[in-house]
Amino acid sequence: MSEKPRDLEITEPVEITLNGELITAQNGELLIDACERNGSYIPRFCYHPRMSPVGMCRMCLVEVDTGRGAALQPSCMIPVSDGMSVDTESDGVAKAQDGILEFLLANHPLDCPVCDKGGECPLQDQAYAYGPGESRFVEEKRHNEKPIPISDLVFLDRERCILCDRCTRFADEVAGDPLIHFIHRGSHTEVNTFPGEPFASYFSGNTVQICPVGALTASPYRFKARPWDLEETESTCTRCSVGCRVTVESSRNEVLRLQGVDSDPVNWSWLCDKGRFGFEAGNSRNRISQPLLRSESGELSEVRWNTALDGAASAISAAVDGRGPQSVAVLGGARLTNESAYAWTKLAKGVIGTDNVDCQLGDGLPAELVLGLPGASIDEVCESGATVLYLGPDAKEELPVLYLRLRHAADSDGVKIVEVGPTLTGLSPYVAESITALPGETASVVAALLDGTSEHVQASALLRDASDLKVVIGRANLAEDETITVKAANLIRESVPGATFLPALRRGNVRGALEAGLSPGLLPGGAVLAGTVPPGWQSVPTEKGGSASEILEDAANGRVEVLILLGSDPLRDFPDRSLARRALAGAKTVISVDPFVNASAELADLVLAASMFSESAGTTTNLEGRVTTLNQKVTPPGTARDDWMIAVDLTDRLGADLGVETSAADLLHEMAEFSDAHVALRDGDPVGDGVMLDISGRDLVTPAEFEVPAANAYSLRLVLNRTMYDKGTLLAESPSSAGLAGESVVKLSAADAAPLGVDGSTQVKVTSEHGSVIVAATIDPKVPKGVAVMHHVLGDVDAGTLLVSGDPVCDVRVEVS
Amino acid sequence: MSDTAVDTDEADQDVPKVVSSRFDVADGHTLDGYTRSGSFEGYAALRRVLTMTPGAVSELVKDATLLGRGGAAFPAGVKWGFCPPGVWPRYVVVNGDESEPGTYKDRLLMERDPHQLIEGSLIAAYAIGAAQVFLYVRGEMPHAQERIAAALNEAYEANLIGKNILGTDFSVDVVLTWGAGAYIVGEETALIESLEGNRGMPRLKPPFFPAAKGLYMMPTIVNNVETLSNLPWLLNHGVAEYRSIGTEASPGTRLIALSGDVERPGVYEVPQGTTTFRELFESERYGGGIRGGHELKMFIPGGASAPWFFPEQVDLPLEGRVVGGEGSMLGSGAVVVMDDTTDAVRACLRLVRFFARESCGKCTPCREGTVWEEKILQRILDGQGRPSDLDLLLDVADNISPGPYPLAAYAEADLEAIPFPPRQTTICPLGPSSVAPITSAIRRFRHEFEDKINRKDSIPVTSAGMSNV
Amino acid sequence: MARLTPDNLLLARKIIARFPKPRSATIMLCHLAQEQDGYLSEEAMAQIAELIGATPAEVLGTASFYEMFKMHPVGKYCVNVCTNISCQLLGGEELLEHAEEVMGIRSGSTTEDGMFTLEDVECVAACTEAPAVQVNYRYFNKVSPEGFDELLEDLRSGELSRTIPPHGTLGYVRQDLDGDRIANITPPSQQVEPVWFPDGDSDEGPAK
Repeated sequence: MSEKPRDLEITEPVEITLNGELITAQNGELLIDACERNGSYIPRFCYHPRMSPVGMCRMCLVEVDTGRGAALQPSCMIPVSDGMSVDTESDGVAKAQDGILEFLLANHPLDCPVCDKGGECPLQDQAYAYGPGESRFVEEKRHNEKPIPISDLVFLDRERCILCDRCTRFADEVAGDPLIHFIHRGSHTEVNTFPGEPFASYFSGNTVQICPVGALTASPYRFKARPWDLEETESTCTRCSVGCRVTVESSRNEVLRLQGVDSDPVNWSWLCDKGRFGFEAGNSRNRISQPLLRSESGELSEVRWNTALDGAASAISAAVDGRGPQSVAVLGGARLTNESAYAWTKLAKGVIGTDNVDCQLGDGLPAELVLGLPGASIDEVCESGATVLYLGPDAKEELPVLYLRLRHAADSDGVKIVEVGPTLTGLSPYVAESITALPGETASVVAALLDGTSEHVQASALLRDASDLKVVIGRANLAEDETITVKAANLIRESVPGATFLPALRRGNVRGALEAGLSPGLLPGGAVLAGTVPPGWQSVPTEKGGSASEILEDAANGRVEVLILLGSDPLRDFPDRSLARRALAGAKTVISVDPFVNASAELADLVLAASMFSESAGTTTNLEGRVTTLNQKVTPPGTARDDWMIAVDLTDRLGADLGVETSAADLLHEMAEFSDAHVALRDGDPVGDGVMLDISGRDLVTPAEFEVPAANAYSLRLVLNRTMYDKGTLLAESPSSAGLAGESVVKLSAADAAPLGVDGSTQVKVTSEHGSVIVAATIDPKVPKGVAVMHHVLGDVDAGTLLVSGDPVCDVRVEVS
Repeated sequence: MSDTAVDTDEADQDVPKVVSSRFDVADGHTLDGYTRSGSFEGYAALRRVLTMTPGAVSELVKDATLLGRGGAAFPAGVKWGFCPPGVWPRYVVVNGDESEPGTYKDRLLMERDPHQLIEGSLIAAYAIGAAQVFLYVRGEMPHAQERIAAALNEAYEANLIGKNILGTDFSVDVVLTWGAGAYIVGEETALIESLEGNRGMPRLKPPFFPAAKGLYMMPTIVNNVETLSNLPWLLNHGVAEYRSIGTEASPGTRLIALSGDVERPGVYEVPQGTTTFRELFESERYGGGIRGGHELKMFIPGGASAPWFFPEQVDLPLEGRVVGGEGSMLGSGAVVVMDDTTDAVRACLRLVRFFARESCGKCTPCREGTVWEEKILQRILDGQGRPSDLDLLLDVADNISPGPYPLAAYAEADLEAIPFPPRQTTICPLGPSSVAPITSAIRRFRHEFEDKINRKDSIPVTSAGMSNV
Repeated sequence: MARLTPDNLLLARKIIARFPKPRSATIMLCHLAQEQDGYLSEEAMAQIAELIGATPAEVLGTASFYEMFKMHPVGKYCVNVCTNISCQLLGGEELLEHAEEVMGIRSGSTTEDGMFTLEDVECVAACTEAPAVQVNYRYFNKVSPEGFDELLEDLRSGELSRTIPPHGTLGYVRQDLDGDRIANITPPSQQVEPVWFPDGDSDEGPAK
């Protein structure tokens, strides 16, 4: 099995005898790990270094003598103690291990040739290595119905199962979704779900990865390849900003599987299903392999790169010549590599000269805030005994593996979390206290907690007494203006000077894009736009640009003539849907740089075919500021290419030079020379767990002025948030996951639903000052009174039409339609 | 509803009734009956205990060497002392999940003298500082459940349980709960799992010794029903009188369920160590001789998990250390007598089948091995055995409960040296217990197996139940 | 059928309150549901899961470990014949065979009229009374084949209906423990050293 013992710094050394030789181990660590670290791998099936040991499979039996004679003990359950003597190779141990293997194989089908696990199966490997040649078990083996689906993604073959408790332990202990369980007893024991209640966990794919046999298989990989046909490379998942380390496994230039890698500071080997199975989008037939240009007839049709790039360059030049550089705007870039983000920053700000650049789509936080706050790493937030103020989106939905880390921290490491938000979240069952802050009240609720006037006395005391407060900060509600969150952050900085912050922004490389300068008013490394020209640059913009909403407003009214969508889809992602629509219609030229013709690209004049995850090499930066490498495993379709290459080519057409000599790495090195934040990258490329940027915070101020209107006749305040499975392009293009997105819905508290007569799924009309939608209503215990929750980019109902960008909150009226 | 033979000879003063004095008292199960009848006054011990310090009570129990009656014979007072200091809460769990084949004593104690058990539980709770007692009765014993429920209701009403017991600041709850059919739950860590609402699968000891990490990972004392039922008498009569019964190492009495091929099967309270198996089988007071004038073939001295004894061992006393020294155990006081009409293979299969059915499934060797053993034995009994099956059976058994190793020593020692208590490749002794009947039967009656394999003694499959697992 | 009746729901909440953690009530609640319906239905397990804060899969995982819980309807009377060693020696297996014959069913199944379910069971702690039979867990000792026939007759005729409740009901008496009667049951994290337990080496008894 690929799991390795965790990295360990020996702080409390003890000496033990391992097969006659003295070795040093950490007092109290598990014997199985100490032996492996010292060169004696002990076979095992049930033990997993990231889960509590259960000592069930008995494969790891060794002879342990603590002074009272040698006895067979499961090395996964025995803590190392001084003077212990261990024999992992004695005849008795060998006989016991042979016996266990024979028992495990007694009822295990010999269908290795048709089993997905064949070739990478610990049971198969160990049977070859240690087992007898033939079985003495002549009886009929146990029979069960062959693979049964236990969820939309996972199949279970109970005949192959060796009852090691890994999947069930994971579901309970790690994911907190104990929907699979041992059923029945003794030799009749099996893993199964409750009838009619599938294993619908966001983390179900991990059970497939840790299954030591072929009992659990995932639909995207079933019968796709044999392990010996797979090639793999290590990389980082970029579906969200947690930055889980993965291996990307491919065969014949097609990615077939992602597996979690145990990165100690980040994902502990776990992945969410969206990240694990999201590679499917890369293999989609809807990928574009050539640039597309809108023809005379109004259709997008394939053109050569020269034509496309010339077209783009002339549109840009014309705009710059006509209305000045600010008439060109770049929107998006939070899904690019660091290198591509820097390339586009340099192209936009240094070559074209526009500062109308924003990698976020009105759904994030100002760059000044994110880069200005003193940072906290995931490990620091989850450190044993920490106190955490959580002011973010539902991590289980948006940053799933951060949720796993926080859940573990709260559940096992005594981390006390105070959650403040408009609804309960997936994390709520594990936090010290969940405090409701209705939309608009986030800052005032936080203020009261910190100045001791809150009615939540215990939570307030917890936060006020914390010596080293950690704050997770993000947007729990896209219908609440970002300034309210900014205000809360400013308040915390003022009253708790030592507090450190983990930004909970969602898009894969949003942190990297901000650090690369893909936001208005900033240069790489959070340097303020003030005339300093970075080395290798021609110039910098003279005028500060606008944020996404300002850019879109300018596009709508014609001040922005060329709108470049850098892997972004404002028509789907920008919360104020009508503004996005007006902007796309208003801009003279819309250029989309994307692997797909997404909803916005449908309206573009030019679509430049970009590569995507696993097709380009480079680096990415996760939400805490950790830079890790992305490796290329397959080639992009057709002539699609990396975003930075497109920037280089376009720069060329504009008569300038982006300064790339050999590879994208030149861009990273150039950025690192200028940016103090990137100082750690000056010495070389990040490997493995990566390197941390300087996250101590920069001297940036983000003003936060707003006024929350009193509740009006529109009696409920809207919360617009995300679910893990939605109708975003990448999910829609992943066949296994596309069907998992729910339908549009408005969720109400029982108290608000009752007077409306809402029960089950009544159709209601939700009306704001700006629009109305008809949608099914349900009662949700996570929703407090006074709030209506709708999900962003989910279903056919467009909740975004209810909003107007810049309004502090959005009040809605809900009526039975 | 029961007409169980119990030793009720009141006149016989040389065998004191420590725990069974109310077995034949019609209302002995009521509070009134408990305070009026029997070998001591009900709840007098509790009153006395409440004038003592908890530490003094523990010392007294330790001095008496009250050995656990659940099978392991570990001194209760010593076990109580294992609670780590300063860790609260502590719990007392009463193990009334009697289900070791051949064992029948705790059910009688629960049905016929529930107050004696309750009083004993209160004394234990007081001594260790537990504010909650969980009385876990076997699920299949509704009569015991209703008798205990009634007794608890009476005792709560009489302020013998609950808040400020008898006007002191001693407050404790005794909660009745029960199982639902799983032999393994009689193992103390499995019982704790069950009491936490889980599958009754044993925990590894160490680290999960209940006295340190038990119920909800808090210090927990799990005591057998009979063990706790000894406490009222002990507190009434004192250590000296208690120790005057039985032997130095094993004082007091034991309830022995004598079953199988004897004329007078029954549950008898016998002094520990002073009675021999022969006396138990043959005397008119107890067994009254082997049934129908047959000869003794073998007997199980301490429940299904115990290796068998044979006629040459009948003169051993019923004393834990002596029986242990001879390679078996007195276990839970279950003596099963098998006469010369017994088919050793069939008896062996029946016992093995029990363990196969009751394996919890946690450890691979037990889950897979016990069923395999059963299949081989069934095959032999059905006349389908192969000559290699006996070696296979012994080797499968050896992989659940390894013989002495290194293996060379195993060969030298032959099968006579099967160690007891068993070594195990499993967490708990259930799987290894299945090895006891196999090694016992094969080392003594190998020819019976071989005859069946060679079809000299091909008997028809007599019981449909046998093949119905 | 299936979800707990209002009375049983009340009782369920009382039972839960007797344990430091709600999950400890799992088995007792499964018994309660089985008492109500004669078997343990999926709906009941789902409701128990809600009551104790578990998933239905966890309740099923626990319940299916224990033999007494029947996941499908069984006969009004479960007739359990012990065939373990002490009973085997005195004819338990032959008695089971006899039972199968006279009842016309194999062990593990239910008669067509829904009256009886026959099971061969492990030791029921009546070893001195072999062969032993339990009917809905009420004992019948030293049962001969003829005695067995009479037993069936008595069960059919209703002769025993007063002493043997229908399958699912165990004891006739319940523990009466709730509300003010409870002295001290809270989650373990809220428990402290008992007031009556002296610190260190004090030799005082509890305060009067």
